Amino acid sequence: MGLYTFLAALVPLNNYGHFIHWHWLYVSYANFIVICLMVITFVAALLLPFPGRNRRKENR
Amino acid sequence: MSTTEIERQWTTRLRHRAAGKLPPEKLLPDTQPSYVSSWIYVFGVATLSSLILVIVTGCLLALRGPSWWHGSFIGHFVNSLHLWSVEVFFFAMVVHLWGKFFMGAWRGGRTATWMTGVVTFLASLLTAFTGYVSQSNFDSQWISTQAKDGINATGGGAYFNVLNMGQMLMWHIVLLPLAAIVLTALHVILVRVKGVVPPYDDDATAVTTPEGATK
Ligand code: HEM
Repeated sequence: MGLYTFLAALVPLNNYGHFIHWHWLYVSYANFIVICLMVITFVAALLLPFPGRNRRKENR
Repeated sequence: MSTTEIERQWTTRLRHRAAGKLPPEKLLPDTQPSYVSSWIYVFGVATLSSLILVIVTGCLLALRGPSWWHGSFIGHFVNSLHLWSVEVFFFAMVVHLWGKFFMGAWRGGRTATWMTGVVTFLASLLTAFTGYVSQSNFDSQWISTQAKDGINATGGGAYFNVLNMGQMLMWHIVLLPLAAIVLTALHVILVRVKGVVPPYDDDATAVTTPEGATK
């Protein structure tokens, strides 16, 4: 039970949701954060070096 | 039986066609073109891995039933694993589809690969939806009572009744996962048949040649 109380204190779910409302855009903070994380992951996947890339080139 | 008769059997013809299109070295290749060594190519397999986790945890839930997943600690844990694998699945799938979109990965005769992806995405959305309305809590009550108005407005409510718990659960654990699994298998087989699409400036025709595999 202690863990549940702790988590509930961190993320209060017993409230109205929070929304971003900007002109036509209407999105909950939760969904907005997930979308941002997906964009960050996408950009990171393009920019971060892939391990073993150089090793493979040397072997060719 | 004569040799020509054997050649004309459907088993023989099917085997020749399958082996020609997808020989073992193409199904499970040793090497990939150098442009595949990028993190963006990991997301297809990440989607596949999380789908496998979703299915395994879903089967565990089916084995033990609702009183187990609502009432016991371990059942609750497996239920949570099932939910969070779904979240990872969709997250990875969206990054995967963005990647394929900006690569134009439908080039070089890969239309079917892209389209099976699109249909798998839609089937997964429906699977997740029927899962959310099967939770039997206030969340599912809210989702289903909202959704029924939308679906009734289309006339589809007579066939697909989101307030019918039995029907939704059956769609969620039988029909839709079956569709998602079959479509995913097709999708991955098509990727193996066609080979990985070369980058835009690498090859105007985008057809992967056997030499492409060692480039
Ligand atoms: C259940 C969902 C899905 C799974 C398990 C899956 C799995 C995979 C895997 C393992 C690959 C090969 C590795 C890679 O390039 O990442 C791949 C390639 C591909 N996927 Fe998916 N995918 C899914 C959904 C989608 C969606 C929604 C789309 C787009 C609408 C899509 C479009 C493609 C295309 C076009 C390729 C071929 C890339 C090429 O030829 O280089 N996939 N997929």
